[in-house]
Amino acid sequence: MGMTMTQKILAAHAGLSEVEAGQLIEADLDLVLGNDITAPVAIREMEKFRKEGVFDRDKIALVPDHFVPAKDIRSAENCKCVREFAKKNKITNYFEVGQMGIEHALLPEKGLIAPGDVVIGADSHTCTYGALGAFSTGVGSTDMAAGMTTGKAWFKVPSAIQFRLTGSLPPRVSGKDVILHIIGMIGVDGALYQSMEFTGEGVAALSMDDRFTIANMAIEAGAKNGIFPVDEQTLRYEREHGAAPGTVCAADPDAEYTRVIDIDLCALRPTVSFPHLPENARTFENIPDIRIDQVVIGSCTNGRISDLRAAAEILRGRHVTEGVRCIVIPATERIYLEAMEEGLLRIFIEAGAVVSTPTCGPCLGGYMGILAAGERCVSTTNRNFVGRMGDVSSEIYLASPATAAASAVTGRITDPTGF
Amino acid sequence: MQAANGTVLRYGDNVDTDVIIPARYLATGDPAELAKHCMEDIDREFVTKVQRGDMIVAGKNFGCGSSREHAPIAIKASGISCVIAETFARIFYRNAINIGLPIVECKEASERIHAGDRVRVDFDTGIITDETTGETFRGQAFPPFMQKIIDSEGLINYINSK
Repeated sequence: MGMTMTQKILAAHAGLSEVEAGQLIEADLDLVLGNDITAPVAIREMEKFRKEGVFDRDKIALVPDHFVPAKDIRSAENCKCVREFAKKNKITNYFEVGQMGIEHALLPEKGLIAPGDVVIGADSHTCTYGALGAFSTGVGSTDMAAGMTTGKAWFKVPSAIQFRLTGSLPPRVSGKDVILHIIGMIGVDGALYQSMEFTGEGVAALSMDDRFTIANMAIEAGAKNGIFPVDEQTLRYEREHGAAPGTVCAADPDAEYTRVIDIDLCALRPTVSFPHLPENARTFENIPDIRIDQVVIGSCTNGRISDLRAAAEILRGRHVTEGVRCIVIPATERIYLEAMEEGLLRIFIEAGAVVSTPTCGPCLGGYMGILAAGERCVSTTNRNFVGRMGDVSSEIYLASPATAAASAVTGRITDPTGF
Repeated sequence: MQAANGTVLRYGDNVDTDVIIPARYLATGDPAELAKHCMEDIDREFVTKVQRGDMIVAGKNFGCGSSREHAPIAIKASGISCVIAETFARIFYRNAINIGLPIVECKEASERIHAGDRVRVDFDTGIITDETTGETFRGQAFPPFMQKIIDSEGLINYINSK
């Protein structure tokens, strides 16, 4: 029986010629990732290991990004813990404030992910790197600790859902609308323990940034990973970012999928996920008039340069309406610089938005845009759970950068198509 | 650890790790301190009513969302002896096993056990007994490999013992 793309990568890293869904394997890791929230817990756990040190100082990435620049004394202590660990173990890929970015935007940008890699990260959105044809998945701090020590992790080989994409996206519709649509269709546990494998001629029409956004939110459907085939666009991205060549894997023609879902990209429209689950996806014919208090444009889901361009296109020459705060967060220093050189930062600031340095801050209710009781936010982030961005009575509406920008202009959840 | 015995606290589907332990408390990894805020955004009374040995029974996709291990750590440190759910989100499932928080997947138990029931879970047989109603259910057994991690009381002890 044929293997899915994910299964082929896992088999190669477990030293097996084939694997099947449900099989438990131990795989070699190409990269182990942690941030300022999860790495300190892992570092403390590592002290309990009999074996000391890390398995390979070049294959660990430590990215303080959640609460940096440190939001309070305890966050500063966490950052210090990670910094000292990185120094002591001579970790090659430690990214200090000034070089850092939101981890899942930063690692591909730094060329640290190659096609066919197996990556674990103590952050649920580690699944983002599936956009580059790698198997990558989120784990907890103990798995991260074990990964840093042994260079291995155990996995239950997932079965897969195949998404066959056709056509191309209409104007003002982006990867975010694709993934919100899919989660709306299959639910927040629709791909539980499974791979989401995106295939078909429609893949070629999606930019790398769109693919990152789609793979990023696979976890929001309960998936173990999301993955895209490697094409010319992937290889060009990897060359431009200095990544290793890696191993290009493709699913066997007779790979088994538990479900096949066809998505016509041409038919998709701007989509908004209503509180308090990402699966509550609606298109504008089903969206009433809803006033908002805040807009956030950024995060590991939508803080990349094409996201900022999409928002700037709408905000150019317009103004954030009175009574709304609009927070724009370029995901990395490089994206920040690009946005500056392209004049996007000027557009945002002249429109009355605020531009922050890279941070996960508001997405998880850390800082830089916490919501008060009853406030509503249109956010390009990935989760709209109760209390995620602030008070338990606040509301988060997940949307694309274009929808978020249009909503900032009107003060209501707004279809960007007319802009 | 052969069995757990306790009173049930009941929750619904898709209990996410943000409501189990909100990010505003993530600046610490200290179990006792995390336990003080466990389930705060879904049930403000949880911390005052939970007794050592109590169990959580929930619906589908328990522990979805963030990979924060602080979530199972907070639940374990608050004295919960076992979490029974119809299904668990995959990262939470791993994390619970890795830190030694007992979890059982069982659709029938998830549907039929009520808040306040006294429940016994036998980890060797996977049998869940609702002592209040007299009903019994069979939870899904762990594969032997995971059972070894559980028996070692977590991944690190398991790796150290290899």
